[in-house]
Amino acid sequence: MTMRLLLTLSRAIDWLNERVGRAVLWLVLVMVLVSAGNAVSRYALNLSSNAWLELQWYLFAAVFLLCAGYTLLHNEHVRIDVVSSHLSRRTRAWIDVFGTLLFLLPMSICILWLSWPIFLKAWASGEISSNAGGLIRWPARLLVPLGFLLLTVQGISELIKRIAFLRGLIPDPAESHAGPPLEPLRDEQDANR
Amino acid sequence: MSAFVVANIAPLMFAALVVFLLLGYPVAFALAAIGLSFGFLGVQFGLLHPVLFQALPERVFGIMANDTLLAVPFFTFMGLILERSGMAEDLLDTIGQLFGPVRGGLAYAVIFVGALLAATTGVVAASVISMGLISLPIMLRYGYDRRLASGVIAASGTLAQIIPPSLVLIVLADQLGRSVGDMYAGAVVPGLLLTALYAVLVSIIAWSVPKAAPALPADARTIRGLKLARRVVFVLIPPLALIFLVLGTIFLGIATPTEGGAMGATGALILALLNRRLTLSLLKQAMNTTAKLTSFVIFILVGSTVFSLTFRAVNGDLWVEHLLTSLPGGQIGFLVVVNLLTFVLAFFLDFFELAFIIVPLLGPVADKLGIDLIWFGVLLGVNMQTSFMHPPFGFALFYLRSVAPAKEYPDKVTGKPMAPVTTGQIYWGAVPFVLIQLVTVGIVIAFPSLVTGSLTRTTVDPSKIEIQVPTPDYERDRLEGESSPDSSTSKGNSDAAAKREKPPEESNPAEELERLFKQSK
Repeated sequence: MTMRLLLTLSRAIDWLNERVGRAVLWLVLVMVLVSAGNAVSRYALNLSSNAWLELQWYLFAAVFLLCAGYTLLHNEHVRIDVVSSHLSRRTRAWIDVFGTLLFLLPMSICILWLSWPIFLKAWASGEISSNAGGLIRWPARLLVPLGFLLLTVQGISELIKRIAFLRGLIPDPAESHAGPPLEPLRDEQDANR
Repeated sequence: MSAFVVANIAPLMFAALVVFLLLGYPVAFALAAIGLSFGFLGVQFGLLHPVLFQALPERVFGIMANDTLLAVPFFTFMGLILERSGMAEDLLDTIGQLFGPVRGGLAYAVIFVGALLAATTGVVAASVISMGLISLPIMLRYGYDRRLASGVIAASGTLAQIIPPSLVLIVLADQLGRSVGDMYAGAVVPGLLLTALYAVLVSIIAWSVPKAAPALPADARTIRGLKLARRVVFVLIPPLALIFLVLGTIFLGIATPTEGGAMGATGALILALLNRRLTLSLLKQAMNTTAKLTSFVIFILVGSTVFSLTFRAVNGDLWVEHLLTSLPGGQIGFLVVVNLLTFVLAFFLDFFELAFIIVPLLGPVADKLGIDLIWFGVLLGVNMQTSFMHPPFGFALFYLRSVAPAKEYPDKVTGKPMAPVTTGQIYWGAVPFVLIQLVTVGIVIAFPSLVTGSLTRTTVDPSKIEIQVPTPDYERDRLEGESSPDSSTSKGNSDAAAKREKPPEESNPAEELERLFKQSK
């Protein structure tokens, strides 16, 4: 019963991070266009704006921080599988349970907890970049706790899924997104073959 | 017990890292967690002050504002767009037709396209997979030796490691505190040398064992004459133009790698649009992969930052330095050990882990021993590339295995049943290329001028450069607690600013060209 409730929670978290990921990935395109625009305006028009330059790395930070949970959902954070690929699925699920409890959650909660006051301070003081015409800082400060919050909740969801798998309630959650990183191309081209 | 822990906390930390990484939990989180838990241990034993952890969010902030790392998503995105819009396919097809009549022609085409692809994508997996999918079946159809065919594909794919705009070189430059432009310039000659040596090997095989690398039969050469010439022009020029746009501007110091990458990515979008191959699903896929790659790469960096914060606080860097400087043989002893170490570690660790964990430890020691860091970085790049080709663990071989036919299959054109490619054939095929790469490592060690000779800027006015080089990370790390947001921000910006300030001395394009010509003589 509790497990069913927890699995519902896990599905809700997966849904959230999937949505966030799918929305944030458009920022890649925005980032490319903004940076190319900056470069062109610097050479062609000899114009350079600190606000636009800073927007570049705000976007970069948004992409890598806000996609952290999404990347975890798709099991694409790099692992070293020299040893683990020879272990059984159950053993790997146990490793994930312990890893999530001992590594992921303490680490991300710790950074979340340390970075939140810094955002509050920036928000209250209205801190602005020290570069002339630079951007206001709180959105960038907010990205750190937000990214680690998404990562933490996704960690909880993965934990629930691994435990449910070990109890035989659901199929192996790692299976659905297996495959080495950088390789979605193969799947697609396999389908074409 | 606790006295033992206190005395050996750095080695213990390193050992714990190795054990936990091998368990197979994501590297980024294992790194960060070990950093934090040993940090708490250190506080418990009174070795460290808890204030240390206050620096963590600022470290993350420093990574966010890093101008160099911004180039990572740009080059990834550019490569993915070009690759999936069918450019690799067109190139291989056209160049295969061009070299077809020559013995070993298809193998030359693979090497040539491998180098070109490397110069546009910079991602090993993408190169190996696309060439494996496209050209392996063709080479097998016309009776190429399976070992030669698979070896040449895997080897050409790994060129992406070392030929600019390789992601590897960007990250190495960032971690060693050198400019990406210099790292690129230094890697050009070794990269081209390697390409040339591959071609020499193929020509020797084609000459001595004609059956291993036959020429294409006449009926397989579907386009010829003027039509072929036109195709060559239309297929070759766009990627070459893009390479010039991106790498040329970076080498000349006109654009920073970040700007070059952004313009390259935009250029790739425009090319795909002009070829009418830009679809919404292609765009989404490219953005999706880019976002996830960026996230996992940067998170490894975040993890290793947390790790190194504690590791340095417990004097782990001094421990490593002591280990490495006490080696017999000074510079050479250091280089031999480091190269062997990297070579072996690269069997287990992917490039990014190596660059973020090992390189920051080795960099300062190399610097102290008077080793040029650009040369050192290029050497590590060539070395890791060898490791990626080395059976049985090489990543390039895994990627090739994943796309090479593992079961008997009917040939697409002739319909004849074709035997599968065995893993043994892939391994044996890699051997001669691994030997070539080892020779290249030796050549780079023996002749540092191959790398340093291409660095135009450092030879112009060394005293000036000294000032402009941004403070390397490992030195900044010592000034713990001092990394206020603006100092970390200005690190990224000063890198860009250093680039921008330089043009006064290089503002005259004619002079710059003249200097380059002199250099090339």
